Amino acid sequence: MISFILRRILYTVPIMLGVSLVCFALVHISPGDPLVSILPPDASVELQQQMMAIYGFDRSYPEQFLRWLGRAVQGDLGNSIATGRPVASEVFNAVGNTLILAVTATIIGFTLGGLFGFVAGYFRDSWIDKLATAISVIGVSVPHYWLGMVMVIIFSVELRWLPATGAGPGGSSQWIWDWEHMQYLILPAITMSVIPMGIVARTVRALVADILQQEFVSGLRAKGLLDRGVLAHVIKNAAPTALAVMGLQLGYLLGGSILIETVFSWPGTGFLLGQAIFQRDLPLLQGTILVLAMFFVILNLLVDVAQTSLDPRLQRG
Amino acid sequence: MAVTAETIAPLATIEKSQGYWRSVWTRFLRDKVAVCAGLVAAGLVLMAIFTPWIAPADPLQGSMIKRLSPIGTEGYPLGADELGRDMLSRLIYGARLSLFMGVVPVLIAFAIGSTIGIAAGYLGGWVNTITMRVLDVLYAFPSVLLAIAISGALGAGILNGLLSLTVVFIPPIARVAESVTTSVRKLEYIEAAQASGASSLQIVRDHVLGNVLGPIFVYSTSLISVSMILAAGLSFLGLGVSPPNAEWGLMLNTLRNAIYVQPWLAALPGVMIFLTSISFNMLSDGLRSAMDVKQ
Repeated sequence: MISFILRRILYTVPIMLGVSLVCFALVHISPGDPLVSILPPDASVELQQQMMAIYGFDRSYPEQFLRWLGRAVQGDLGNSIATGRPVASEVFNAVGNTLILAVTATIIGFTLGGLFGFVAGYFRDSWIDKLATAISVIGVSVPHYWLGMVMVIIFSVELRWLPATGAGPGGSSQWIWDWEHMQYLILPAITMSVIPMGIVARTVRALVADILQQEFVSGLRAKGLLDRGVLAHVIKNAAPTALAVMGLQLGYLLGGSILIETVFSWPGTGFLLGQAIFQRDLPLLQGTILVLAMFFVILNLLVDVAQTSLDPRLQRG
Repeated sequence: MAVTAETIAPLATIEKSQGYWRSVWTRFLRDKVAVCAGLVAAGLVLMAIFTPWIAPADPLQGSMIKRLSPIGTEGYPLGADELGRDMLSRLIYGARLSLFMGVVPVLIAFAIGSTIGIAAGYLGGWVNTITMRVLDVLYAFPSVLLAIAISGALGAGILNGLLSLTVVFIPPIARVAESVTTSVRKLEYIEAAQASGASSLQIVRDHVLGNVLGPIFVYSTSLISVSMILAAGLSFLGLGVSPPNAEWGLMLNTLRNAIYVQPWLAALPGVMIFLTSISFNMLSDGLRSAMDVKQ
């Protein structure tokens, strides 16, 4: 087991290097001079060269990459062009808010999706199975940013039950787990939960149907075990894969929260990305994407390790 | 032994090539949901092609006094948008750019991804290892994040949007292509072809392609729905298509400010995105079960 974990971590190192290379390249595929947004249009040639030297743009690409990587490892992601504040602290503040939203959405999506999928797989080909399948198809096909708008229209504009945007009264940025703040979380979290719900339902349905067809289930039944006992065995067998799917979905939500955060003006990493794109703030864009991608890589690693420790057969694969 | 193999083999292939596609078609027709989805998808494509003949008005011609007219206004059956342009016409015209932005990246990624995947799968060895490790890096990004990262760095524009979505879809298609090709390459008839002196290119063309393109194609069609949502999402964020073009994601973006004035009007473009995405999704599901591709 330990050798498996070590091998898996070793495999992650080149992936992380590659991911940071892609993030580094983002600034350089961007059209135009990277300094254009800081320098005044009538800047002298000397000033331009001085700034190039300060930012290190006068060096070769490999050298620039290594210097950038070295600083990034130490937690220095440069300064935002728009605000002048360090990117790392901006991202750090935003990550907390995105986590609150994504974790809540994953829990809702996993609970409902798991339930739908389980019932559908257990009563295969019944009307409830068809309903669950329909819900999961809708869940993966719906443009979630539009679903968010529809939620706002129904619950904020028409019914006036819940606030439409923000993460707290008066635009407060400090998150507290009280009703005042939580009512801001309801709509974005439910909207976001639809994506993992569909996928989890689909996976769990297939898993349960597959497990029920295996020989050990007939064995258990033949042994005289009641349905409730069989159920426990099915859950035990489906859990590792279902949990792995949940972990990956959390990663996708963290990285893909930009559209929903934009709809609800939720002050997380996605909102930050939206700002960075709007203001063409490349260091902020680069830093946010690097942090989110690293989150995803590490989450993948954790999911693999957790899944393997729950189901040691996977080590061989 | 040799005689039977020679006499049976050609017969078997002829029967398979005729019977296979016919049985796929019959199985597909029996699937009511997939047929309906296919009809809707075909309708949307036809709508995009024959737009000028269907749309009642000019999608770019606005009228200041008609701004944000509600659904059902005379002359504006689905209302008018924030610049007083006919909503119905814009939704119909929107099919062009929206379908284009959703389908084209998958087509290009299908061409590039399957070439990379088949080459890596057939050649095996270190070529395979290096190719797949490089793709793993792109795979390490959540797809939404990668699309937004690339088009965010490149800036708005149709070409930049197409480019970023294509890059997003190449790794998953190449992965599927590689795994299907690797499993076909191990089959005995490939070994037989190699032993009889056929070149790699000949083997890939005559024996591999026919067996791997089907599964790769079915997988790729399942990406169209994702691509539609992502492409419209890019325009929704102000990347991708830019105003005054009619595109569903962009329309959602510009109408978002009118959500308190004409809420349901603002939601209309999303209905089109949803309809397109779900019909392509169910069409692809039907295609998969008709072709009996296991995933």
